Amino acid sequence: MKKTKKWYDYLWIWPIVYFSLGYFNILFAWLGMIDFIVPLIIAGCGGGKAFCNRYCGRGKLFAVIPKLFKKENKKVAPGWMYSNIFRYGFLIFFLTMFGSMVYQTYLVFAGSASLKTAVKLFWTFKVPWKRAYTVTSVPAWVTQFSYGFYSLMLTSTLIGLIVMALYRPRTWCTFCPMGTMTQGICKLKK
Amino acid sequence: MKSKNIATVNKSVCVSCGACLDACPMSAISTPDGCYAKVNEDLCVGCGKCSRICPTGCISIIKREEQQNEEN
Ligand code: SF4
Ligand code: SF4
Ligand code: SF4
Repeated sequence: MKKTKKWYDYLWIWPIVYFSLGYFNILFAWLGMIDFIVPLIIAGCGGGKAFCNRYCGRGKLFAVIPKLFKKENKKVAPGWMYSNIFRYGFLIFFLTMFGSMVYQTYLVFAGSASLKTAVKLFWTFKVPWKRAYTVTSVPAWVTQFSYGFYSLMLTSTLIGLIVMALYRPRTWCTFCPMGTMTQGICKLKK
Repeated sequence: MKSKNIATVNKSVCVSCGACLDACPMSAISTPDGCYAKVNEDLCVGCGKCSRICPTGCISIIKREEQQNEEN
């Protein structure tokens, strides 16, 4: 009995579309908020892990790439990577970085910092991304948030791709902040 | 006829990511409350696909009798 493909089985295309759009116009980075808000709404409204289980494009992408290259790593990640200490620690780190990005946006809004048109990878390496600053008529803070959010999305996807190559395809999901948060919500609701 | 083997999830390790749901050809796994994955014993054929894809390695394939013993 073969399972029939559903429309959401093709959602791996979403991260590719997202990063491509942001490559040309950074304002598209705001679309990433969907991946932030929808899982929380679903989990909060009693939908459990439906986002991770069905609609997450990123999770699907990590599963599809190794299949495409016929190179699925069979190695299970080391235990600490899916331990609660690491998972919740990474979540706190991630949220702190998100907070710092929002603060940076506020500084630009308040006029005490200037707009930086670069993408910061792994919270460290600045990559010039000025070419994507194509719509200059929006307030500077809107653009600043786009750069910050795109950096966060790209960094987490790159980490996901690295652990996908080193271990089993969806290893990122073991410590993905959204996955940890939604599972946490479900456990709290129980 | 029911298969000899069956998948079983170690709940304390499962992160309910859903990788096993995608891999299961029988749609025998779900995450009913969002906390952990659960195997439908009537549908599972013990093929082991879920166990090979699970990123935390928390699915084992065991003999059906063992599963029943564990439950009792
Ligand atoms: S754990 Fe994260 S990447 Fe994996 S399916 Fe859930 S939201 Fe997507
Ligand atoms: S793949 Fe493993 S960790 Fe993910 S839901 Fe299934 S049993 Fe749980
Ligand atoms: S052993 Fe096979 S049939 Fe049973 S739950 Fe795992 S993938 Fe599905």
